[in-house]
Amino acid sequence: MSLPLLMFLAFIAATLGITYWAAGRSSGEKAFFAAGRRITGWQNGLAISGDYMSAASFLGIAGLIAFYGYDGFMYSVGFLVAYLTVLLVVAEPLRNSGKYTMADVLAYRLQERPVRAWAALSTLTVSTFYMIAQMVGAGALVSLLLAGSGIGYTAAVTGVGVLMIVYVVFGGMLATTWVQIVKAVLLMSGTFLLSVLVLAHFGFDLGELFKAATNITLQSDGAAVTRNFMEPGHYYKPPYGALDLISLGMALIFGTAGLPHILIRFYTVPDAKTARVSVFWAMLLIGAFYIMTTFLGFGAATIVGPDQITANGGTNMSAPLLAQALAGDVFFAFISAVAFATILAVVAGLTISASTSFAHDFYSNVLHHGSERRPGDEVRVARWTAFVVGAVSILIAIGLGPNANVAFLVGLAFAVAASANLPVILFSLYWKRFTTRGAVCGLAAGLLSSVGLILVSPSFMGIDGPEVAESARRMIQAQALYPLKNPGIVSIPLGFLAAVIGSLLSREPSAEHKYYELSVRANTGLGAEKAG
Amino acid sequence: MSAWHQIYSSAPFRRMIQQKKRAVCAMTVFFIAYYFALPLLVGYRPGLMSRPVWGEANWAYLFAFSQFLMAWAIAFIYMRFASRFDKMADNILADAAKSGLDGGGE
Repeated sequence: MSLPLLMFLAFIAATLGITYWAAGRSSGEKAFFAAGRRITGWQNGLAISGDYMSAASFLGIAGLIAFYGYDGFMYSVGFLVAYLTVLLVVAEPLRNSGKYTMADVLAYRLQERPVRAWAALSTLTVSTFYMIAQMVGAGALVSLLLAGSGIGYTAAVTGVGVLMIVYVVFGGMLATTWVQIVKAVLLMSGTFLLSVLVLAHFGFDLGELFKAATNITLQSDGAAVTRNFMEPGHYYKPPYGALDLISLGMALIFGTAGLPHILIRFYTVPDAKTARVSVFWAMLLIGAFYIMTTFLGFGAATIVGPDQITANGGTNMSAPLLAQALAGDVFFAFISAVAFATILAVVAGLTISASTSFAHDFYSNVLHHGSERRPGDEVRVARWTAFVVGAVSILIAIGLGPNANVAFLVGLAFAVAASANLPVILFSLYWKRFTTRGAVCGLAAGLLSSVGLILVSPSFMGIDGPEVAESARRMIQAQALYPLKNPGIVSIPLGFLAAVIGSLLSREPSAEHKYYELSVRANTGLGAEKAG
Repeated sequence: MSAWHQIYSSAPFRRMIQQKKRAVCAMTVFFIAYYFALPLLVGYRPGLMSRPVWGEANWAYLFAFSQFLMAWAIAFIYMRFASRFDKMADNILADAAKSGLDGGGE
């Protein structure tokens, strides 16, 4: 049995142990959806980091920096700074006014059924897009990491899918939280060790690493070129590169505070103060991690080299190959297991956020007007939803295949979160005149414009040359109508604008009246959901 | 006037909201301006940003790195402010309890 496989199995065994332990403590709504609201600030900080730092960050950004240098680092910056939005305007009022989902905050003073239906749709869209991107990545990656073990793409996708279903269905939010905590610890230690080894390689002289990064030779369009990776512009190129960078920045800065799987983490702590402390811890960890992505990326570019990485599995393999080059097979196996843990923790978080929203928002409140027909219905529906979401994701990921171009789905998830979710969350909390019609307009405009723009963007539309493999070709073989990769710069203002116009075109005295209650509750915690 | 409305219009609550608004708005405007200066400069002035400053480290890299320090600094400052708001909120809740207002919470 290969060493990476052995480490994968060790991680699986540990997390199944956690699930078994959590299963006994996950009966009842509050326990299943919010881990009893007993997670501490420090634990939730780790869990937020574990929920957030996806394989796209660990492997994707390391790979982007290894192939394009500086531009990849721009993602790292945005991923951290985005948490200021979460900390300053969303975390505490959300914890004080909601119960289990993002839609709770909207439903507080608006008409429950329309806003919950739209919010559930938006949550499911964000979670599914993000999930499919993770699953396709997971399958491709796991089969590469376990090359020689006889585990192919289909088996890898199925394995990841089954595990995430087991965590969520049996262990609920408590198991998900601890899987995320274990993953965060593994990811931080793995990244730290790799960074130290990269720096040691350059005699602990950062200047030497940077100097090496100014002179990277790689094959581009069939010819060897030498590039300075410290300089911007290798990924985001003219004529639209600058606009695209701004559009990306907007999606990150405003989208993170609208990601449902991150927002529901704030319901797992006892009060708003703990929610705030947990964001602070998360920012320290996430910041430290993203700074280290430079060492990983530049390390992979200088020590392994882009061409060598291309020959051994492509951009996503940058970090594992770097580990192999620096410290051999055992370390390769360890870093591979870290990548595997990373994927599992994120997909578990997405699964529970999708099923909580479906059960709590759609099933209980839209279909059954908030009254449970039998006790425990909501949790039962959530468990079934987790199962269905998991099974559907497995099937879609297998159907798309390992070469599908799905990286844009992560960007799309952020764009929908920023354009549809954030405007309505902000207006519910801070704008007295906000109405149900405004919320529905904002959610619909943000959701539809992000998805629509992506469909006519270069991620979906474009003319591929004959060298592109059949499965990796873009859906529409015609010139893209929207020139940017990131829809945010158009869809975010649209989401805000639609919410404002919808509100101004309607009046809702009950919503205005309830604003006093929401404001007092959000700012003082009076009447907020308790732990226990 | 409901109990919630009474707290909402009370002087201590208005004071807290005003101070909070001022602090949060200032920090938000600052971090958004600081953050978007990066893609603007990198996107539209790549030549300037590529100029080495400290060894091989250029403006683009140093400015990007400074964003991490900025984010941590603002988070730290906000945490300081927030504990002051916590105290104000505690006083508001204590006053409300004394005058028999419980906001009708659960």
